[in-house]
Amino acid sequence: MSSPVAELHEDPVLRFLFGKLDISSVPWHDPIIMGAGAGMVGAAVLVLGLTTYFKLWPYVWKEWLTSVDHKKIGVMYIILALIMLLRGFADALMMRAQQALASAGGHGFLPPDHFDQIFTAHGVIMIFFVAMPFVIGLMNVIMPLQIGARDVAFPYLNSLSFWFTAAGAVLINVSLVVGEFAHTGWLAYAPLSGLQFSPGVGVDYYLWAIQISGIGTTLSGVNLIATIFKMRAPGMTLMRMPVFTWTTLAANILIVAAFPILTVTLALLGLDRYLGMHFFTNDGGGNAMMYVNLIWAWGHPEVYILVLPAFGIFSEIVATFCRKRLFGYDAMVYATMCIAILSFIVWLHHFFTMGAGANVNAFFGISTMIISIPTGVKVFNWLFTMYRGRVRLEVPMLWTMGFIITFVIGGATGVMLAIPGADFVLHNSVFLIAHFHNVIIGGVLFGCIAGLNYWFPKAFGFRLHSGIGKVSFWCWLIGFYVAFMPLYALGLMGMTRRLSHMDNPVWHVYLIVAACGALIIFAGIIAQIVQIGYSIWKRDELRDDSGDPWDGRTLEWATSSPPPFYNFAVTPAIGNHDAFWDAKQTGQAYIQPKSYEPIHMPRNTATGLLIGLASIPFGFALVWHIWWLAVVTLIGMIGLAILHTFNEDRDYYVQPDEIKAIEDARFAKLNTTTEA
Amino acid sequence: MHIPDKPTLHPAKDPHTELADHHAVDKLNHGDAHGHDHGAGHASVKDYLIGFSLSVILTAIPFVLTMLKLMPTATLVPVILILGVIQIVVHLRYFLHMNSSSSQVWNNLAFIFTAIIVGILIIGSLWVMTHLNHNMAPGMMSGGGLG
Repeated sequence: MSSPVAELHEDPVLRFLFGKLDISSVPWHDPIIMGAGAGMVGAAVLVLGLTTYFKLWPYVWKEWLTSVDHKKIGVMYIILALIMLLRGFADALMMRAQQALASAGGHGFLPPDHFDQIFTAHGVIMIFFVAMPFVIGLMNVIMPLQIGARDVAFPYLNSLSFWFTAAGAVLINVSLVVGEFAHTGWLAYAPLSGLQFSPGVGVDYYLWAIQISGIGTTLSGVNLIATIFKMRAPGMTLMRMPVFTWTTLAANILIVAAFPILTVTLALLGLDRYLGMHFFTNDGGGNAMMYVNLIWAWGHPEVYILVLPAFGIFSEIVATFCRKRLFGYDAMVYATMCIAILSFIVWLHHFFTMGAGANVNAFFGISTMIISIPTGVKVFNWLFTMYRGRVRLEVPMLWTMGFIITFVIGGATGVMLAIPGADFVLHNSVFLIAHFHNVIIGGVLFGCIAGLNYWFPKAFGFRLHSGIGKVSFWCWLIGFYVAFMPLYALGLMGMTRRLSHMDNPVWHVYLIVAACGALIIFAGIIAQIVQIGYSIWKRDELRDDSGDPWDGRTLEWATSSPPPFYNFAVTPAIGNHDAFWDAKQTGQAYIQPKSYEPIHMPRNTATGLLIGLASIPFGFALVWHIWWLAVVTLIGMIGLAILHTFNEDRDYYVQPDEIKAIEDARFAKLNTTTEA
Repeated sequence: MHIPDKPTLHPAKDPHTELADHHAVDKLNHGDAHGHDHGAGHASVKDYLIGFSLSVILTAIPFVLTMLKLMPTATLVPVILILGVIQIVVHLRYFLHMNSSSSQVWNNLAFIFTAIIVGILIIGSLWVMTHLNHNMAPGMMSGGGLG
């Protein structure tokens, strides 16, 4: 596929109407892209068609699309993440196949231009549209339940955040078919991403997809911080919060502190590209090194935004499946906050080789190594929790144990990379690729899937099938090692990252092995899809009426599964951490209150959905320079937001008799379960 | 600000009395009153006038110094920067009503955190970029070496 040339239409009317867009913007001649595009459009048509056929639109509209319920929004985040995982993983398979085929004289099946877009799209999708929505989704579903709240602090804002994220994901997928995606790598380093070297629309798609979803992420950070500070149940002091809530707090503080840096950096790049400014160009006084500096000032906290919630998930799982209070709760909290602060003083380790010199490199090398101390504290806390515990090898616990081993290896190679001298050898090699996949797959992704298996019964009222879950786990774990250990070796042999062709017979065999590893992971992903599908099919056999399938410890297990829309009929009072465990021990769990008070709840609104939808043509118009459409959609979005402020009918009270009916049904079920 | 977006539990009936942040309770209890932002302290006209005068003075000084060329550039730039920082403090104190009272603990903590992060980023970036420019793009340096 050739880069679409950014040329304007000759005809002024066409130029006004369509900007840079014309019929040749779609790569009709490329079978891979057209096939993928047809697949995406086909899947969308199928979903929409089935929804129409089964007359599900009122349900989908009322219960999901316009919902401000944190549980529904969280589930939608996770669905988005899983769908984008398939897209990002398809990119990964293509890269592994290309490198395996084109490493010993062959040409492979991807031209370099296309390969560049694939590795860029893979990185962007996996970080921004898989890992981020996955962790934010889990935080949304679980954190308010853990603190005994009825929803997040700003439910409408939550809906808006989600739809902005989804809009960014749609833009990325549109770029596959209409035009091109960036060829620049996932952080779009200047000056390569500047207008001079990337004249096409790829970088513009990158900019607007990330800016739109980034606004959603920032708003979400504000929302969840406010929720944790202002809406905890009585008695839940900060040091009684579950560890997952603590790590959610840390991650969201990092979001609020770091995402503005990303927004500003990309805005400056946008000014360079759209208004001919010179922040990061080679001439006109620009400084491309400043781009690298700024983007990593966001980029390093970002990895902790992803991995801290995963640490929280593992902490909950370890305590639950070892039937012990988490070892060193206080140490865990302090370690989390230490990591959060330290994450802001290490960013230069991503560009040791750019030439800052010995003093600067030494400072950032040492500060990087210091991070491994609180992280090590956490690993020992998990191990000591398991020590002499009654470990149940359920699926979430398997992922946790796989994580501990894998993450320690990834951490060790990270400390190696933190030595500036060693980094001069390893920088931009596939050793680095192996390292960060080791921590992101082994840490973030294992954490998310562990959390998915752990909290799925809470969200839906039935468990995921454990046998298929174990198959998926083993495929992922083995596949991960087979795919990435060869890359460590290749990196030490000198193979750099992002090569579409190479001619070195020695590397060939390693790349074949790595490709096989990717296929094993693929089997794991298929097993996951089968696991979810099979569990939905057999949901009656896997049903859990107790609301507490794992003998849990924290407050989210105290309510029914799925929780009623108001979460808790009566606001729980907390006297200790592991609140629900204590209640079970002292016989205070499962007691139905005599009477209920009215509950104040937010009403659904379509405003978030509509603003999010409008941001798709807004981004598209900016990418293609269709200014009239950009202006119209921007005015539309602002207008919708203003209009929403006039809507006074946003909340209502759930009446005691309605609550009583729901709770009576729950306790009736609970009693039949215990009697049987 | 109108806050019906917030599913504040019914204030009169809800036992939200043990929140770590007692100010949150005030806020929740005022939820139905469609009140103003109780997170900030109440300000008097006097405060606003003091803040306004200080701001004007702090803005006027750099203008005077610059327009009358009262000092060399090397001294002028740091002086303007320092006056700018004092200006920030004045705004925080008189317009955003930050103070050291106990109800403001979280505001102050958040502010300190922000200041630390901004400080790390600005000082760190200056340090990093000076070295990078010195080593990698010496032509761009306006002169002077590194110690």
